[in-house]
Amino acid sequence: MKGQRSILRNKGVQSLLASLLCIVVGLLVGYLVLLIINPAGAWEAITTIVKNFFYYPSPQAQLRYFGNTLVKTAPLLMCALSVLFAYKVGLFNIGAAGQYVIGAGACLYCALAWNMPWFVCMLAAVAAGAVLGAISGALKAYRNVNEVISCIMLNWISLYAVNVLLSQVKETASPYTLTLSSTNPGAAIPSLGLDKLFYNNQYVTIAIPLTILVAVAIWVLLEKTKLGYELKATGYNKFAAQYCGMKEKRNIILTMVIAGGLAGLGAATLYLTGFEQWQTTHSSIPSMGFNGIAAAFLGGLNPIGSIFASYFIQHITSGGAYVDKTMYSAQISDLISSLIIYLCGFVLFFKSLLDRRLDRQAERAVARAKAAAEQKGGEQK
Amino acid sequence: MMLLVQYTLIFSSVLILVALGGCFSEHSGVINIGLEGIMVMGALGGALMMKFLPAGTPAPAMILLVVLAAVLLGMVYSLLLAVAAINFKADQTLVGTAMNLLGTAAATVFVKAMNTAADVNNVSSTIQYIDAKKSFLVYINGFEFNWFMLITVLALVCSWVTLYRTRFGLRLMACGEHPQAADSVGINVYKMRYAGVLISGMLGGLGGIVYITAGVSEWKFENGVAGFGFLSLAVMIFGQWKPTRIALAALLFGFFRALGNVYTGFSLLSSLNLPSAVYNMLPYIVSLLVLAFTSQKSRAPKAEGIPYDKGLR
Amino acid sequence: MEQPYAIEMLHITKRFPGIVANDDITLQLRKGEIHALLGENGAGKSTLMSVLFGLYRPEEGTIKKDGKEVQIRDPNDANDLGIGMVHQHFKLVECFTVLDNIILGVEPCSHGFLQKADARKKVLDLSEKYGLKVDPDALVEDITVGMQQRTEILKMLYRDNEILIFDEPTAVLTPQEIEELMQIMHNLAAEGKSILFISHKLNEIMEVADRCTVLRKGKYVGTVDVKGTTKEELSRMMVGRDVEFVVHKEPAAPKDVILEVDDLTVASKLHSNNAVRNVSFSVRAGEIVCIAGIDGNGQTELVYGLTGLEPVKEGKVLLKGKDITRAPIRERSTSGMSHIPEDRHKHGLVLDYTLEDNMVLQRYFEPEFVTAAGFLKRKAIREYAVRLIEQYDVRSGQGPVTIARSMSGGNQQKAIVAREIDKDPDLLIAVQPTRGLDVGAIEYIHRQIVAQRDAGKGVLLVSLELDEVMSLSDRILVMYEGEIVGELDPKTTTVEEMGLYMAGAKRKEA
Repeated sequence: MKGQRSILRNKGVQSLLASLLCIVVGLLVGYLVLLIINPAGAWEAITTIVKNFFYYPSPQAQLRYFGNTLVKTAPLLMCALSVLFAYKVGLFNIGAAGQYVIGAGACLYCALAWNMPWFVCMLAAVAAGAVLGAISGALKAYRNVNEVISCIMLNWISLYAVNVLLSQVKETASPYTLTLSSTNPGAAIPSLGLDKLFYNNQYVTIAIPLTILVAVAIWVLLEKTKLGYELKATGYNKFAAQYCGMKEKRNIILTMVIAGGLAGLGAATLYLTGFEQWQTTHSSIPSMGFNGIAAAFLGGLNPIGSIFASYFIQHITSGGAYVDKTMYSAQISDLISSLIIYLCGFVLFFKSLLDRRLDRQAERAVARAKAAAEQKGGEQK
Repeated sequence: MMLLVQYTLIFSSVLILVALGGCFSEHSGVINIGLEGIMVMGALGGALMMKFLPAGTPAPAMILLVVLAAVLLGMVYSLLLAVAAINFKADQTLVGTAMNLLGTAAATVFVKAMNTAADVNNVSSTIQYIDAKKSFLVYINGFEFNWFMLITVLALVCSWVTLYRTRFGLRLMACGEHPQAADSVGINVYKMRYAGVLISGMLGGLGGIVYITAGVSEWKFENGVAGFGFLSLAVMIFGQWKPTRIALAALLFGFFRALGNVYTGFSLLSSLNLPSAVYNMLPYIVSLLVLAFTSQKSRAPKAEGIPYDKGLR
Repeated sequence: MEQPYAIEMLHITKRFPGIVANDDITLQLRKGEIHALLGENGAGKSTLMSVLFGLYRPEEGTIKKDGKEVQIRDPNDANDLGIGMVHQHFKLVECFTVLDNIILGVEPCSHGFLQKADARKKVLDLSEKYGLKVDPDALVEDITVGMQQRTEILKMLYRDNEILIFDEPTAVLTPQEIEELMQIMHNLAAEGKSILFISHKLNEIMEVADRCTVLRKGKYVGTVDVKGTTKEELSRMMVGRDVEFVVHKEPAAPKDVILEVDDLTVASKLHSNNAVRNVSFSVRAGEIVCIAGIDGNGQTELVYGLTGLEPVKEGKVLLKGKDITRAPIRERSTSGMSHIPEDRHKHGLVLDYTLEDNMVLQRYFEPEFVTAAGFLKRKAIREYAVRLIEQYDVRSGQGPVTIARSMSGGNQQKAIVAREIDKDPDLLIAVQPTRGLDVGAIEYIHRQIVAQRDAGKGVLLVSLELDEVMSLSDRILVMYEGEIVGELDPKTTTVEEMGLYMAGAKRKEA
C-alpha cells in the first residue's frame, strides 16, 4: 500500500507545483496587462523580462549581467529568509523593508563616515536591523501591538532617519552617497577571485556564497535544533509553548531580532559591494524587503526553496529594466511579483484541494478493491 | 494657524474615511491590511476622472463624478481581498500586503503607459489636476474649505447609524464577533463579509482621492500613499473600532501629519531648525507610541482574521 | 391516544470522506413529547442535527414535517418550519445585549432601521409566561451561564418555534439549575412544544424524557419508551456492551503532603474580581483529591495559578515543601508536576507537530533528547515516542510521524496522558481529562489515574462530571465563586448534598 502513495501527497512536491503555478499565472496576467497597454510589443516585452541578461548578444556581457542579477539576489534572499523565519514563528515581518533600510544606513555610515573595514560595517548593518526587529518584537510581546502595523511605522521612520543620516556622507552635487571606491575601498566586500568567473564583474563578491550559507544555516536552525523546535512550536501554538514552559515572549523578541539581523545583513551584501549608492531623497521605501515576501512565499517558506525563488524574482525584476521604455515601464516586474505574492495566498487552498482529490481517488480505489474482493469471496463460496 | 487647522481637518478626513473603511471590514471579520493599495486605486480613479473631464465642468458634477470614480475603483479592487479571504480562505495579511504592492505597481505601470502614449519622452508616473481640483474648494475668509470635509462628516454619521441602528449593522457585527452564531440564525456570513470588504473598498477609495488632493495638485503614483493606509489602521485600533472614537483619534493623527506641511509657518518650530524629515516621521512615531499604550485592552472583533468555514462548527 | 408526529427523519444517511457519520437513521418526534437522543461522542448525534438544520445535505433519506415531506437547505428553512435549537456551546454574540441576541436574524425593522420596542415587549412577555428570567439590556458577556441558556431558549420562543432541540443542555448547570431546566422543559411540552433532548447522561433522560432514541457509531440502535426501560438497558444500547458504572479501586493510603496551597488568590482576566480567593488545601501522596464545581467558578484559574500559566496574586504554593509560588512553568514541571490541561487543543498539543514531537514537548530539552550544541537527537526522540505509543496504546495513521491534528480526540488525549504520566511526576494535575471522549477511552484514562495514585503519586483532579467526581476521588473539594466552600467524603456524601455546595446554597462553617 505504502508504495502506491501518490507522489502528489509529498508536501515538497505540492509546494513546488503550487509555486510553479503561481509563476505561470503571474506571468500570464503580466502578459495580459502588457497586451492591454500595447499589443504590438507585448510578446517581446514579456520574453525580455524572462530572458533578463540573455538580452545581450555576447556571452561575456551575458555573464557579466548574470553576475549583476546575482549581486541583487543576495540581499533579496536575505530579506526572504527574514520574512520566512519570522513567519515560521507566526509573525508577519513586513518590516524586513525597514530593517533593510536601517541596515543600509548603518553600513554606509560606518563605511563612509568612520572608514571602517567591510566586516565591521556588515556587523553594524546586522546589529541595526536586529535592533529595529527587537522593537517590533518587544512591542508585540509586551504591549500586544500588531507586528504588521508597528513594522510599517518603523519602515517609514527608518527611511526618513536614514535619509537624514546619510545626507552627511553624500556627494555635494547629487543626492547620492559617496562611492566606496573613492572614499573607503576597504569597506568593499572582497571578491576573492569570484569576479573573474563573471567576466571581471567587480561587484560579484563573497557576499553571494555567504548568503547561501546563511540560508542553509537557517534551515538547519529551524529543522535540527532545539531552538528551532521551540520557535516553531511558539509559532504554531503559543499557548502550548507557554504550557510546556517555553519563554514565549523571549522567543517572539528573539525571532524578530534574528529576522531583523537577516534583513540588515541583506542591505550590507548589496551596499558594501558598491553596486548601488543610497539616494538620500528616497521618498518611498526600497522594494527589496517587500520582494522578500514574494520570494519567501514563492519558495514555499523553505529556506532552500527561497534561494531559487529569490533568484527567480530578481531575475524578472532585472529583466524588467530591459523592456522597451517607449511602450512599458520597468515596474511591470513589480506588478508580476506582487501578483505572485497575491497568488501565494491561494496555495493553501490549492494544496487542500489536491489532498481532497487524492482522498476521493483513494477511497474509490479502496471501494473498488473491496467490491472485487467480495466478488472473489462470493465465487469461492 | 488657519493653515494648520485646514490641513489638520483635511488629513483627518482622509484618516477618518479610511479608518471607517477598515472598521467595516473588520467588523465583518476580515482584516484589511490592503487599505493602502485600495487608497492608491481610488486615488487613480479620481485623478483620471479629473484629468479627463473637460475644463469647465460644473463643480457639483465634477465632485460627484470624481467621488464616483474613486469609490468604484476602490470597490472593484477590494474584490481581490474579498475573493481571496472569503472564498479561498487565504492568509489575510499576505493578501493585503500583496494588494498594497500591486496597487502601487499597477497604478505606476498604468500612468506611465498613459503618459508615454501621450508623449514618448514623458516617462513619469505623475498626473496633474490643477484646475479640476479647484472644484472641491470654497474659500471662506481665507479658510480653504474642502467639500471632502463635509463628505467625511456625512460618511461618519452614516457609518455610526449603519453600525448601531440598522439591521445590516447588527448582522455585520455579529459576523465579525461570532460567525457561527450568525450562521445559526440564518445570516449569510459570506455575503455579509463581502459587504464589509466592499464598503471598506468604497471608503478606502474615497480616502485615496481625498489624500492626493489635500495640499497638492499633482500626484506621483510611484510613491503610493506613503503608509497612510496603515496610519488609518492605527487610528482604527486607537479608536477601538468605534466611529466616534475613530473621529477623535483621526483628529489627533491628522494634526501631527499637518504639522509636517506647515511647521515653517510657526516661528517657534522653525527656530528649532529640525530637518523636515523629523516632521515627516512624527505621525508614525506618534502612532507607534499610541499603539503601545492602547493595544493591551483591545476590543477587536473576536473572529477577525479567521476565515469562516461552514463545514467547521 | 398516540400523538401525531411533529417531525420525522426517515432513513437518513450522511457520508464524509472515510466515514459514514449517519447510516440509515430514523428519528420520529411526536407533538408535545420530550424525546431523548442518546449516544456517545461520535455516535452521529451532531451530524443528524446538522442535517435537520440544513447544514449538511444527506445522501439518502427524507424529512417530514406534520406528515408532509420537506426540503431543508439551510437554517432559514429549518426556522421557517419552526425548528429551533439550544446549542451545547451557546451561539451568542458576547458583546451584544440579550435583546440583540434574541432578535438577531429576525430583527423587527422599518426601512432597514431597527425597531426594538415591540421586540422588547414580546421578550418580556415570553420570559414571564415561561418563567425565564433575563435582563434584556444586559450584555451577554456579563451574565451567568444559566441566564445565557435562558436567552437561548427565548431565542427559540421569540421565533415561535414549535420544535425545540436541547443539545447537552445540562453540562454547565448545577444540579439545582438542572432541576429548574427540567421543569421548564415540562412546561414547554405542556404548552404543546415538541422537545428533542440530546444527552449522554442516563439519569437525566430517565427523569425527563418520554421516549428515547439511541445511536451507536453512526447507526440506529432503537427507540424505547423510557418508562419501560432501565438505565442499564439504555447504557447497553448506547455502548454495545455492559458498562461498569463504578471504578474499581482500593481504599486510599495517603502519605506525605506533596502539594500545599496556602491562602491562594488569583486575579481574573474576565472581570475585576479575583477568580480564586484565599484558597487553602493540600494533596498527599497516594490520594486523589477532586475539585468539583460548576464551570466558571475559578477552577481554571486555580489550575493556572498552580501550574504557572497565570501569576499568583497572593498566597503560597508548595511542591514537596519547596516554594514554587513564583517559579517559572519549566521549573515546576522539572520539579515533579505534571499537568493534563483542560483544553487539549489550546494548551496540550502543538497540533501541526508530529506525534513524536508532541511526545517530547515536556522533555525535549533534556540531555537524552538534545546535544550540548543544541541539536535535537532525532533517533532518541523517535525511540521514545515509539515506546510511549506502544505502552499507552495511542493509535494513529502513521505512527510517530502522524500530524497530531489528524488524530482522533481520544487518541490525542491518550498521547497527552502518556506524556504527562511517563514523566514520572510526584503530582499529577488532571483537568477534565475525559471531556468529549467515548466510554472506552474514559475507562482507560480513569484506570491510569487510579494507577498513578496507587503508585504513590498525588493526584489533583478537576472535573465537572459528578459521576466522575464520585467514582474517582478520595476527597472532594467543592469550589463556588472562587472559594472552596466544602470538603466532602465521597463515601458518605450524596450528589444532592454536593449540588447544594456547588450552587452556593450550603457551605462549611468557618
